[in-house]
Amino acid sequence: MSVPGQWFLALGAVLFSIGALGLLVRRNVLVMFMCVELMLNAANLTFVTFSRMLNDIAGQVLVFFVLVVAAAEVVVGLGLVVAIFRRRPPPAQGLTRSADWTAYPCSMPPI
Amino acid sequence: MSAAVVSAMSMLATATVVDRLVFVVGAMIILGGALGVVISRNPVHAALMLVTTLFGVAVLFVEQQANFLAAVQVIVYAGAIVVLFLFVIMFLGVDRRENLGEEPLPAQRPLAIGLVVLGLAGLLLLGIDAHWAVGARSVAGPAAGQAGGDVAALGRSVFTTYLFPFEATAALLVIAVVGAVVLARRPRPGYGPDEDIEEPEGAGELPGAERQDAELDDEVTR
Repeated sequence: MSVPGQWFLALGAVLFSIGALGLLVRRNVLVMFMCVELMLNAANLTFVTFSRMLNDIAGQVLVFFVLVVAAAEVVVGLGLVVAIFRRRPPPAQGLTRSADWTAYPCSMPPI
Repeated sequence: MSAAVVSAMSMLATATVVDRLVFVVGAMIILGGALGVVISRNPVHAALMLVTTLFGVAVLFVEQQANFLAAVQVIVYAGAIVVLFLFVIMFLGVDRRENLGEEPLPAQRPLAIGLVVLGLAGLLLLGIDAHWAVGARSVAGPAAGQAGGDVAALGRSVFTTYLFPFEATAALLVIAVVGAVVLARRPRPGYGPDEDIEEPEGAGELPGAERQDAELDDEVTR
């Protein structure tokens, strides 16, 4: 007999919480994206667990769609990061609080 | 709550040794990798930790007889998405250590931790203590015991019940690719809607580029 589904659900909850914590705490946009990926994976794990517990393939189909949407989200999000980086002035010029965000090279300028 | 935990514990004891071992090792890989993503200073290290987590999730997919999804997880996530992350990190030149010591906003971290602990407690109560008897009849067919395994079951379901969402994902991917190209292309002067956006002088250069150039000039003159 396999490990009961509750354990997978608990693990998914913990993984989701770690991802949410990282999203709230970190300021680097790329690391924040990675934390979103963690949260998506926690949801995927939960879907697969329910698919096994309820013996329904629909959960796995949903994971398939979540994978596709995650790929699209990453592509557009990283395009946005590149665009932001390109449009932003260099740290030494045009900003009064430059010291705040030279430490976070990929975060939004605090204007 | 405690009774539910005890019953889950006793159910864990009924699982076979191999299943328990795979679950515990997979959980350790996942949690270690996730913590690594959150606390690593270097974005490259965070990306590598993300690969670890994704691989652990794939292991737990196999443990739950979702073999096709495990393969897709490794190929798409570890093979494509993380490579994209690393590519952008290297492209932007942000692969440096950042200082995690300074707090960006006052009281941001305690508030975030409190919120997350509250949410986690709620999720755990839901996950462990609730009884998952939904009473709903399966619309897409059973997951286990099908001819051809989970791959055939998934394929049949995607191409019959979920055909329209499947086609919609194709459109979504095309839109995402077009959007990424539009976002990431360099605006040419006098062409397109970006005409009136002034690029600041020196935009797109690495923050330390000027200093490096100056050092190079020094070396050349010496």
